[in-house]
Amino acid sequence: MIRLERVTKIYKTSTRPALDRVSVNIEKGEFVFLIGPSGSGKSTFLRLLLREDVPTKGNIYVADLNVAKLPRRRVPKLRQRIGCVFQDFRLLPNKSVGENVAFALEVIGKPMSTIRKVVPEVLDLVGLAGKADRMPNELSGGEQQRVAIARAFVNRPLVLLADEPTGNLDPDTSQDIMLLLERINRTGTTVLMATHDHSIVDSMRRRVVELDTGQVVRDEARGVYGVGR
Amino acid sequence: MRVDFVVREVLTGLRRNVTMTIAMILTTAISLGLVGTGLLAVRTIDRTEELYSSRVEVRVTLTQDVSSADADCSQPICAGLKQTLENSPLVASVTFENQQQAYENYKRLFAGQALADLLRPQSLPAALRVKLADQDAGGDAVKQAMQGQVGVRTVIDQREIVAKLFDFLGGVRNVTFALALVQAIAALLLISNTVQVSAYTRRHEVGVMRLVGATRWYTQLPFLIEAVVTGVIGAILASIGLLVGKFLFIDSLLSGIVADNVVPAVQVSDVLWVSPILVMIGAGVAAVTGYVTLRAYVRL
Repeated sequence: MIRLERVTKIYKTSTRPALDRVSVNIEKGEFVFLIGPSGSGKSTFLRLLLREDVPTKGNIYVADLNVAKLPRRRVPKLRQRIGCVFQDFRLLPNKSVGENVAFALEVIGKPMSTIRKVVPEVLDLVGLAGKADRMPNELSGGEQQRVAIARAFVNRPLVLLADEPTGNLDPDTSQDIMLLLERINRTGTTVLMATHDHSIVDSMRRRVVELDTGQVVRDEARGVYGVGR
Repeated sequence: MRVDFVVREVLTGLRRNVTMTIAMILTTAISLGLVGTGLLAVRTIDRTEELYSSRVEVRVTLTQDVSSADADCSQPICAGLKQTLENSPLVASVTFENQQQAYENYKRLFAGQALADLLRPQSLPAALRVKLADQDAGGDAVKQAMQGQVGVRTVIDQREIVAKLFDFLGGVRNVTFALALVQAIAALLLISNTVQVSAYTRRHEVGVMRLVGATRWYTQLPFLIEAVVTGVIGAILASIGLLVGKFLFIDSLLSGIVADNVVPAVQVSDVLWVSPILVMIGAGVAAVTGYVTLRAYVRL
């Protein structure tokens, strides 16, 4: 589902590569943690998958798309197959919960009839049934992140990228969000989550890919956060 | 493409940026108003030329002795001149005007003025009034052929007098176009700036749109349409301004010479002819400026 082949990314402003010959293969339906200290290349990894940037060298495949060589006009096609969740939620403050989720479908041209049908479904899935008319600032952090996940998942993407989705949440709420991501993973969606949260990684016992100064230093099928460190 | 989505985004954008939108509309309106004034001047020049080409003639006045001796151009000198003129392919027709007829015309033109009373038929020359078949080459040809001939006093090409009027109208046109150009630069910069500000205030929306895979059309079209809408509103205001200007200023300014049939009046239909041009210019310029701005300055 996601394949990186000796991917190197060197930013113009830096001499050290942000990613250094990284090769990773993630199968459809996997749940993978991407861990490593700040500056280890996690964000660059995710940016390259979304084609926010192009690699200096190497190939990246998401589904059947060759991301690095994708022409500009086909980038939206790629992004429609990838859902994204961030630490800071990125909800639109002047739109209600329902409108925030609907927005993601409107801007890719889905018909109103589809939107009316699938938005309540996905809100129900993330546990926000009945809160469609609330504004984001009336919700708790955990609820806001659920809205963000609903928005990322409403178009049924093949891959869900989560960049520190629990970074702003307390441990209990984080646990709820992880349960939600697991549920989404069980629908067959590949989940790739970048995180610093030891306890989550340790308790979930999923595949762990660890980056350090741009290189993959560990790739374990059922890893924990800090082996031998 | 979801039309309702784009319409909603455009309306939100225009409302959010309302002071800037108004500034943009006003600048565009003034600029297009000047362009419109220039176009009206061009149209008036064309129509004046039409008006005159049917009336303007070359007058070959005859010397005193020929004038007083020959009342119907039957004597050899006058008849010879007339024949020469009529033989030229550049000439459409030649009419003889004797002293008495010249006097009648003069009295009619200057009716009520003291000068007309002082004049006697004997003090006016008889003339051959030449209508030209070829407006461009005819005047000079007649001049060359007639000047210095026996019996010819002067050759007056009336177009030379009219040319001064055209020069004036041409000047009006040039000044308004120059002002319009300066104003257009201001309008362009304002449109560009407004598009940038608009894109900045909506960076969160646009960020989300990019993230979920909205195409360029979806992310950029609202900004473009916003610019085009202000351009069109500006053009409509400019057209209204031209109409108001016609009734308040141009009509009274030109009333004297229009009544004398010197210059054709500016009609409502002229303004209606100009306004769709202004709308097209307004929309086109705004669209191009918006597009270039989005390409060059805004990463969407």
